[in-house]
Amino acid sequence: MCGICGCGESHSHSHDHDHEHPHDHSHDHEHAAAHAHAPGLSPKRMVQIEQDILAKNNHYAAENRHYFGERGILALNLVSSPGSGKTTLLTETIARLKEDIAITVIEGDQQTARDAERIRATGVPALQINTGKGCHLDAHRVGHALESLQPKHQSLLFIENVGNLVCPSAFDLGEAHKVVILSVTEGEDKPVKYPDMFHAADLMILNKTDLLPYLDFDSGQCIQYAKQVNPRIKILPLSAKTGEGMDSWLRWLKAELELQGIVYA
Amino acid sequence: MHELSLCESILQVLEQQAEAQQYRKVKTVWLEIGVLAGVEVEALRFSFDVVTQGSLAEQAKLEIIDMPGQAWCLPCGRNVAVQQLYDLCPHCGSHQLQVNSGDQMRIKELEVE
Repeated sequence: MCGICGCGESHSHSHDHDHEHPHDHSHDHEHAAAHAHAPGLSPKRMVQIEQDILAKNNHYAAENRHYFGERGILALNLVSSPGSGKTTLLTETIARLKEDIAITVIEGDQQTARDAERIRATGVPALQINTGKGCHLDAHRVGHALESLQPKHQSLLFIENVGNLVCPSAFDLGEAHKVVILSVTEGEDKPVKYPDMFHAADLMILNKTDLLPYLDFDSGQCIQYAKQVNPRIKILPLSAKTGEGMDSWLRWLKAELELQGIVYA
Repeated sequence: MHELSLCESILQVLEQQAEAQQYRKVKTVWLEIGVLAGVEVEALRFSFDVVTQGSLAEQAKLEIIDMPGQAWCLPCGRNVAVQQLYDLCPHCGSHQLQVNSGDQMRIKELEVE
């Protein structure tokens, strides 16, 4: 995967530069002569680039997508604000599904390996990526995580992104779907306050529904806001804690596995 | 959001292109930024100055070309202008809109020497 990797880049880059210096010089002369520009000056000129700023990330994402396709791996990118219950949703999902299909998890957080430890306690492999100052996972780091995790063929991969409703929306990791998790303690207007993420997701999980009797949360309004930002979005209300609604989520996962031709028990 | 990462990506492109296009200094960078791209332009300018310090693009000017938002309205069957992802169709009030322009972030061209 990292035949194209930028990891050794800065090293080879400075090397190239030193090396090419005399070459550059002779080149300049030829160039100036051929185009009859003012000799001796280094003229300003325009260069057309027309390149997407995220082209590099998108290139790695395409590599990851190819990797998943070749091996029959359903990759899901779970995004939400911090504290929406992503990790609990994952541990509860794994407990219900791990006999049926091989599962691997990539955990993204700024610091600590706590989430990966919680996942490993369920008996499935997990790798923690600490982004440090970074606010999101990018496709390059996920590619490296795949190299060390080596997820099985015909398996399910969850990528738990950094808790952040803004930045991860722009970074394709090569996943089949972004799944956004919104907990009912957060307020029903989150989809219109943070429209980028709800626009980028294919499925919204409305989590912690067991707390609804204690809150003023208006589920109908929340769903309407989400549909306003993204008419295609599907919505599943559930409580990972009590298990209410988990069956629908498992059915959605199995339908996605089937659509990708991935075999599960 | 993540304007610092975006600027790091921009600088990488400028450095890569320096070899291919034979330039040593970048004077101006033109970016096309869609109004729906979620990019905070002031944060982008600030990050660009920080990231390009000591590079071939140090003190380069950043020119932002705002690209308008556009979506296909399913009920109307035509393109309409939108400013936000949660906008309703200005003609029929529907939210059945598919954004088809205005979410781009592209490096358009450079002035170099």
